[in-house]
Amino acid sequence: MSGSPFSSVLTLAVGAVLVCAVTAVWLSSVRSSVRVVAVQGVALGLVALILGVHQRDAGLIATAVVVLLIKGVVMPFLLTRASAGGVLARESRPLVNVPASLVASAVLIVLAFVSARGVAHFVGNTTGALVPVGVATLLIGFFVLVARRRPLSQMVGLLLVDNGIALVAFLCTAGVPFLIELGVSLDILLGVVVLMVLAQRLRIEFGDLDLDELQELHD
Amino acid sequence: MVLVLILVLPLLGGAAIAMGHGRRSIGWVGVASNGGALALGIWVAVRVIRDGALTGAGGVVRADALSAFMVVVIGAIALLASWLGIRTVALELSEGRCTPQRATTYGVLVQAFVAAMLLAILAANVGVLWIAVEATTVVTTFLVGHRRTKGALEASWKYIVICSVGIALAFLGTVLVYLTAVHAGGHSAGALDWTSLMAHAKHLDPSVLRLGFALIVLGYGTKVGLAPMHSWLPDAHSQAPAPISALMSGVLLTVAFYAILRFKAVTDLALGPGFSRTLLVTVALLSLAIAASLLLTQRDYKRMLAYSSIEHMGLIALGAAAGIPLAIAAVLLHILGHGLTKSVLFLTSGEIMSAEGTSRIDGVRSLLARRPALGGLFGVGLVALLGLPPFSLFASELLMARAEFQVGLGWAAVVAVVAMVVIFVAVAGHARHMLLGPSTTAQAEAPLPGWVAGPLIGALVVCGVIGVFAWPLSGLLHAAAHVVTP
Repeated sequence: MSGSPFSSVLTLAVGAVLVCAVTAVWLSSVRSSVRVVAVQGVALGLVALILGVHQRDAGLIATAVVVLLIKGVVMPFLLTRASAGGVLARESRPLVNVPASLVASAVLIVLAFVSARGVAHFVGNTTGALVPVGVATLLIGFFVLVARRRPLSQMVGLLLVDNGIALVAFLCTAGVPFLIELGVSLDILLGVVVLMVLAQRLRIEFGDLDLDELQELHD
Repeated sequence: MVLVLILVLPLLGGAAIAMGHGRRSIGWVGVASNGGALALGIWVAVRVIRDGALTGAGGVVRADALSAFMVVVIGAIALLASWLGIRTVALELSEGRCTPQRATTYGVLVQAFVAAMLLAILAANVGVLWIAVEATTVVTTFLVGHRRTKGALEASWKYIVICSVGIALAFLGTVLVYLTAVHAGGHSAGALDWTSLMAHAKHLDPSVLRLGFALIVLGYGTKVGLAPMHSWLPDAHSQAPAPISALMSGVLLTVAFYAILRFKAVTDLALGPGFSRTLLVTVALLSLAIAASLLLTQRDYKRMLAYSSIEHMGLIALGAAAGIPLAIAAVLLHILGHGLTKSVLFLTSGEIMSAEGTSRIDGVRSLLARRPALGGLFGVGLVALLGLPPFSLFASELLMARAEFQVGLGWAAVVAVVAMVVIFVAVAGHARHMLLGPSTTAQAEAPLPGWVAGPLIGALVVCGVIGVFAWPLSGLLHAAAHVVTP
């Protein structure tokens, strides 16, 4: 199937998801990272749309629309408002500096391709070959969660994890059934809203902080 | 129909609270709705034992003996926690630590929390199960942060970040299980129905399923509070208001474990019991070791109860690892016993904290002499929690150990007993410090009102009765254990 317009368009969209993940690591400004994650959400929606059109699957096309709406429009809107409204808009001071983060991302991508070989083989075809990209996005998300200490950066990490898993789901199984996907997307959206409210309260209570400064609770 | 009613009742209670404008009496509507859910749960349990599984709402909800049992557990603890919640909210309002509006939000969120847990249990589809468990995270985050202190905010941030990551992994695991199910010929819409997964279990691809189940144990294990993803638990449980700690520790942890039990049944059918056993024994022993080491040096009594929850989740995981019907029945009995006892202890500790003004163990002394009712409840609760007879945790721990020896996990049972002895010594030491000693003040302090003490005593009595007679539960436990064992 390689060489067909379908597989090249799909590869392009999936590649865009990974490029966004690496760019989010590369940019140290929280606000730009948020924009990159929004672009990634759009790319993810396009992946679902391309798969849906190719397989003539109405449910998957509906899912793509939901993903485009929630991840490409609603969430970025909420997040940019949060970062513009002064919630921790300052540059983050990562535990790991940018060049080292990029090297770590490269290692994670290799790791993803090695570890997801079995699943990729099981799925087969072009889509199967692209599954490791989803895993790589997920691993980079974990890395951002651990290495960045701003509340908003951690939200970026969580969104990368979610997008990576959604990409794996689309490529493996053409998405979970539409109603399930709808519930999952709503849950994630609500989670983001809760995180934003918490980030705001944290700022009111502690001022502009690194999460390392949260030291109230310990044994 | 009755299953839908069980889900709707707590939400109706929540709607009533939302429209009650913070009046104290409206809280009783929530209590009544949770009591109604409990009564319906018992009725469903009776019917399921007689006629087999029930379905409702076009196959979206389903109750077999296992789900009926869990509905009863949730109903009982929700009843207890919402009852005592009236007292908690009233105290906060009178001390000016809370506004009527926030009290209303609190009541509504508690009802939504209970409804989400019930949906997780009654969902026929493991995708819906995931959605419901994730919804509990979203709802409880605000409940953990209800007091809006620095500590509460920190705890709720850690809670939602760590649990979101965990639950995301569980979703990836669910996707992989779905992938193998679609390949095995399940039609896509119903492929995530648990019954359909069980029917196709023998045709699922072993390597993909293995990866999927490992992710599910790690992911849902985060919400169970199993090591290595347990670090949110002590913070969240110590910072949340007492009724929330009771609900989270008493049932939310085991609702997440219920998800693992369902997937374990599928995995065991497909791969044999070896794989899930290795995974569960590993996380169980790790959890027990962490709980034992941190209980020894614990200085805060709410955190002490939280680490004890990690211990008991470890014991439950070890029992489930054994996997034979006897073990699963004992695990379920332990879920009920631990839920009741731990809820009583968290609720009592909330009373102690508001009376003494500290949650430090060395800040509380001679409680039995000064406040006999509170001290007595706390003491008896700890006796039950440490697994002494006649309480049901004694029976369930004994049965789990017996099952573990039967399947060749005797070595793990011995390790668990060593950890439990360490924990016994640690907790008994802390309790002696808090409870015993002569009273230093001359006059007696305000006694606990009867409507507060009554439900707590009742829960401990229930825990004692089922520990001695196993009646009327044995039939239900037996049927539930056979649902998830081959």
